[in-house]
Amino acid sequence: MLSYIARRLLIAIPTLILVSIFVFVLQKLLPGDPALVLAGEERDPEMLEFIREKYRLNDPIIMQYFYWMKAMLQGDLGISLRTRQPVLDLIGDKLPVTIQLAVMAMIIAFAIGIPAGILSAVKKGTAVDYIANFIALSGLSIPNFWLGIMLIMLVSVHLGWLPASGYVSPFVDPAKSFQTMIMPAFVLGTALAATLMRHTRSAMLGVLKADYVRTARAKGLLEQTVILKHAFRNALLPIVTLSALLFGELLAGAVLTEQIFTIPGFGKLIVDAVFTRDYAVVQGVVMCTAAGFILMNLVADVLYFLLNPRMRSSL
Amino acid sequence: MRKQFLAALLLSATTLATAAHAADLRIGLQDDADVLDPDQSRTFVGRIVYASLCDKLVDITPDLEIIPQLATGWSWSDDGKVLTMDLRDGVTFHDGTPFDAEAVKANIERSKTLPESRRKSEVKSIDSVEVSGPLQVKINLTAPDATLLAQFADRSGMMMSPTAAAAAGVDFGNNPVCSGPFKFVERVQQDRIVLGKYDGYWNADAINFDTVTFLPIPDTTVRLANLRSGDLDMLERLAATDVASVKDDADLSYAEAVSLGYQGITVNINNGDKGDNPFGNDPKIRQAFSLSLDRDAINQVVFEGAFAPGNQPFPPTSPWYDQDYPIQARDVEKAKELLKEAGYDSLDVEIQVANNPVQTQMMQVVQSMAAEAGFNVKLKTMEFASLLADQSAGNYQGSQVGWSGRVDPDGNIHQFMTCEGGINDSKVCIPEVDKLLDEARTSTDNATRKAKYDAARDILIEELPIIYLYHVTWIWALSEKLEGFTPYPDGMIRLENVKFK
Amino acid sequence: MSAVTSAADPAEETVRPENRAWKKLKVNRSAQFGLVIVAFFIAIALAAPILPIDDPLATNWSAIRKAPSAAHWLGTDEIGRDILSRMIWGAQASLLAGVVSVIIAVLVGVPFGLISGYFGGWTDQAISRVTDALLATPFLILAIALAAFLGPSLTNAMIAIGLSAVPIFVRLTRGQVLAVKTEDFVEGAHAVGLTHTAIMGRYILPNVLAPILVQATLTVATAIIAEASLSFLGLGQQAPAPSWGSMLNVAKNFMTQAPWMAWWPGAAIFLVVLGFNLLGDGLRDALDPRET
Repeated sequence: MLSYIARRLLIAIPTLILVSIFVFVLQKLLPGDPALVLAGEERDPEMLEFIREKYRLNDPIIMQYFYWMKAMLQGDLGISLRTRQPVLDLIGDKLPVTIQLAVMAMIIAFAIGIPAGILSAVKKGTAVDYIANFIALSGLSIPNFWLGIMLIMLVSVHLGWLPASGYVSPFVDPAKSFQTMIMPAFVLGTALAATLMRHTRSAMLGVLKADYVRTARAKGLLEQTVILKHAFRNALLPIVTLSALLFGELLAGAVLTEQIFTIPGFGKLIVDAVFTRDYAVVQGVVMCTAAGFILMNLVADVLYFLLNPRMRSSL
Repeated sequence: MRKQFLAALLLSATTLATAAHAADLRIGLQDDADVLDPDQSRTFVGRIVYASLCDKLVDITPDLEIIPQLATGWSWSDDGKVLTMDLRDGVTFHDGTPFDAEAVKANIERSKTLPESRRKSEVKSIDSVEVSGPLQVKINLTAPDATLLAQFADRSGMMMSPTAAAAAGVDFGNNPVCSGPFKFVERVQQDRIVLGKYDGYWNADAINFDTVTFLPIPDTTVRLANLRSGDLDMLERLAATDVASVKDDADLSYAEAVSLGYQGITVNINNGDKGDNPFGNDPKIRQAFSLSLDRDAINQVVFEGAFAPGNQPFPPTSPWYDQDYPIQARDVEKAKELLKEAGYDSLDVEIQVANNPVQTQMMQVVQSMAAEAGFNVKLKTMEFASLLADQSAGNYQGSQVGWSGRVDPDGNIHQFMTCEGGINDSKVCIPEVDKLLDEARTSTDNATRKAKYDAARDILIEELPIIYLYHVTWIWALSEKLEGFTPYPDGMIRLENVKFK
Repeated sequence: MSAVTSAADPAEETVRPENRAWKKLKVNRSAQFGLVIVAFFIAIALAAPILPIDDPLATNWSAIRKAPSAAHWLGTDEIGRDILSRMIWGAQASLLAGVVSVIIAVLVGVPFGLISGYFGGWTDQAISRVTDALLATPFLILAIALAAFLGPSLTNAMIAIGLSAVPIFVRLTRGQVLAVKTEDFVEGAHAVGLTHTAIMGRYILPNVLAPILVQATLTVATAIIAEASLSFLGLGQQAPAPSWGSMLNVAKNFMTQAPWMAWWPGAAIFLVVLGFNLLGDGLRDALDPRET
């Protein structure tokens, strides 16, 4: 097992290097001179030249890449060109926000997706199954950002029940934090719930046909017990691994949601950074997200190993 | 820092249960500020934060007159090359450092010499600063500069604690220390900037809030929703289309001031090869274009009449506006005639515009108006960063951009219209205009200056390197609980004498 | 996903799998529903030039942001254009974006997947690492950066979305190839000395097409949403031409004054995406040989 993890981590290195090249080359190709954006409305030529020198924008791209890599290996992600705050601090500020959003979205997704999945598997072919499926597909098909705007209009503007934007740390004011996050978490969670529901359903369908479920039924156990104790427990395996993968995707999916609800998280950080050509921030955040994504993939695989008795015994 | 702030909040909460909320002012901003160092910053919203954080040598009245702030009085030498300023006594910075002549000298020198300083062009005329008394400085100029006082009413005149500035160097913005009515408490990028009342403020009696929190909320609908729900106490830049509903709302009040800036179409006249086209080469065609537009209708359609139509770098309400050239009424026939005189029945023109919905909407209106006079306008929507790069490099025919405006008229015209002007992207170059605008800089007499600007207008109104369209009106929406707010044409939020009812 | 293993040389079967799949599809009611939705939108998109609707670009100063009425069934927008007409023309842009970007993704992704899976070794390693790296870069961020780099336009948004979807198809194809590669008929082809290209084209590709078709249908759904998202950020279709996403981008500024401007494009995106999802699901069930 350990050697497996080690090998996977080793493979991650070239992947991360490739990501770093992508993000670096891509934004160097972006039109628009960052010096022009940073010099201010007056665009003093002296200032332009100073910025280009200072951030080595005049050096060959390949050299710029090496400066960046070197600093990054020393744990220095640079400073935001826009606010002069260290990128590492920014990430430290924003990551908890997005993680909170993602966790709340996950909880919502589980609360809706798994019961719905079990129900529709058990009642396969009935109206319940069709309706659950249709709702799940609708959840997948509704554009996140549109749902977000509509909810803001309905819940915040017309009904005035929840704040339309903003973020409060749960350590400062848990109630207010919950209020500001619940709507965006719901928006993010719906699409996930749909995916979870569909996977739960198919996993359950597979398991319900299995011998041990039939045996359990034959023993005359209550249907509820059969479903929850025997079937669901076994169907859990693919669901858990899927969740780890989904969590990685959530971090990325938060981009538009954060934009709409003005949540100061990762997604808003990167979109704003792209538009203001804040290179160091874009680079730092993408590297961080990519590393997170790779890590979650690894976690998913490890979980699969650990939870699957057959796999375990084969080691 | 955060603990202190919490303690302060708690304290106020326990002592005065009702006043606890009343003393905390929350302001919604359209964008997030950049670095909070007056020498380095460049955003409009940054200046709004400074209005509470950093006092300046001088301030302006709503009518743009220069009045004392940290400098109590000043005088010019006869040759206009020495400015003597007397400084306010008993002022201390937020870190306890006293404010004196040495501090002013250090601040001006920092603006001039800090490599990252974006103020260099504003204080270029200053040769040296002399400490002529504990509370008096003599500022020696290389040449007379009428614009300097106005610069001191903005970021160049903001005084930072020299102790803190020396210690933090280029990173001053992470923990700014000034002498304004509020001191820096904390900042979370893209989320909030919190300031706390500075008890040692020289004008503390006029300040009625314990904390001020600035919250960047880019979406105008969301910003307004937050004000309505009570999560904000006031906001800046209300969307023009929301004005009517705010006026109808008994729980909200409303304030406005025509800005100092303008929005227009910059025409590439001689900036590289792309300037060589009929639109850039023939002033008659630009006049025809300008005549084809109904500026009032643009204002009505796009901004519900909330903004101010314009045809000059100064709004019609400004004392610097040249009354000899009022906004022309739309005249499609005349526009067609002019175009014909220039040799065209119809003409293709490509104009770039930033891809935000409001500017795009406005230019689509322009497009359809100009079409009736024979202009086939192709709109090229671009991301702002790319638009700026192309405009600066001369890779455009027309470019829809604006200018946030300066207190001194020079700031709205000199750098755009002089041959060597730093932001002269149309690369217009008329020696006579150069001469007039340079001369206008050196006089401290407003009537003389106005005459020079009017003379330059005589030429520029024919040339039209920039086709001015309108002037933004700053619009604030406030909770009805707030009183005492005065709108200023610079768009700043000055909190002196503002309070909860 | 090793489903295709049972589909041996198509010629040997008495009932062609396509026919069987078609039969299954014909009885799948939700797939039919999806097909109807998709067909409806394609029909109006194609018919846009001949439908009796207003010019989608014609402005009318006296009818700005008017609520739905007899004259303008879906209302008018911020400069008095007919929203119904813009919705119909916008369908062209949105559908085109969805389909073209998937075509790009398939044309780039499938060959790389074939090569990667077929040759294995270092080629496979190299392609896999690049794919991993692309997958690890969040889709929307990659698309935003690409769209910003190429300049905001519908074409560039399609390219950006297409390229970001490439890794999905590389992975899928590679997995399928690995499963098929060891089949007897491939071994046989090797034995008779066919070239690699011939084997890939004639024997492997046809056997991996089914899951690719399913994935492509489902990806059209995501691509339509992606186009709308990019346009919503101002990086897709540019004014004055309409697309549903760019209509929403404008509409969000008038949510209180003219909410209908946001209703219709949002609803249309929802419906057409739902259609593609239903269709994709149906195809998957129909082409899946496990369930007969």
